Amino acid sequence: MFENYFGGLDTDLFEQFRRLESEMGQLFGHSPWPAGIRAVQRGTFPPINVGATPERVDVYLFAAGLDARKLDLSIQQNLLSVSGSRRIEANENAEYYRRERYDGDFRRVITLPDDVDPERVDARYRDGVLQITIQRREATRPRQITVS
Amino acid sequence: MTTNQGVAASESAAIEKKARERETVLVPAVDIFEDAHQITVQAEMPGVSKDKLNVQADRNGLLIEGDMEIDMSTGMAALYADLQTTRYRRSFVLSGELETERIEASLKDGLLTVRIPKRVEFRTRKIKVNVP
Repeated sequence: MFENYFGGLDTDLFEQFRRLESEMGQLFGHSPWPAGIRAVQRGTFPPINVGATPERVDVYLFAAGLDARKLDLSIQQNLLSVSGSRRIEANENAEYYRRERYDGDFRRVITLPDDVDPERVDARYRDGVLQITIQRREATRPRQITVS
Repeated sequence: MTTNQGVAASESAAIEKKARERETVLVPAVDIFEDAHQITVQAEMPGVSKDKLNVQADRNGLLIEGDMEIDMSTGMAALYADLQTTRYRRSFVLSGELETERIEASLKDGLLTVRIPKRVEFRTRKIKVNVP
């Protein structure tokens, strides 16, 4: 489903090169994208995706089992920051074989396009995904020009 | 004719299987722990709803699978993506003392919890050491 959006960013010609690059990236720990100044290393909790249309920008945080009411979301100009904590209560009477789930505080800062409107933000949490929708300002949307 | 069809079907099944193996999947992070009565697996699968979840267990293994469903508007372009696929899959080998027919699974806020009870005769008993 969102392979269409997040998987195939480029045209076929570049796709193969990108795949190679991404495989190399996985080997060496680099992202296939040019690294943003706030980009984080692989495996950082929670992973995020950002998608945009001319009308809005959507930020998705993939974080299962959160208490969404305790999240701290703030936006300043085009900088969105999300912080919170997820505590995993250990079962005292059990023996652990794997402990991969993230336990502790987290914070992620996302640089959004310059034309977002910080006054019109909406956030909801469903099935472990926090989706934050930020509307973009009208003036910067592409306008259709008719040739007379 | 029927044999031909059979061959074609098994070929396409093999191709499908190959494609499935090559497909990139997200490996959900898990916690696994064992107490006196059961083994518990907790897997993180954000974006997966109950009807897109598949948990299968038999004598040999446990398979956890799910498809993420995300609310996206049409014509959306990606600006950044940590996750580039929507399918989760992970499997584990189980041992014979586990009662796979009595397995229980629950899903809440993208967190899957699977409990596999141990057969009664395999439950841990405290052994008292008598000191004379």
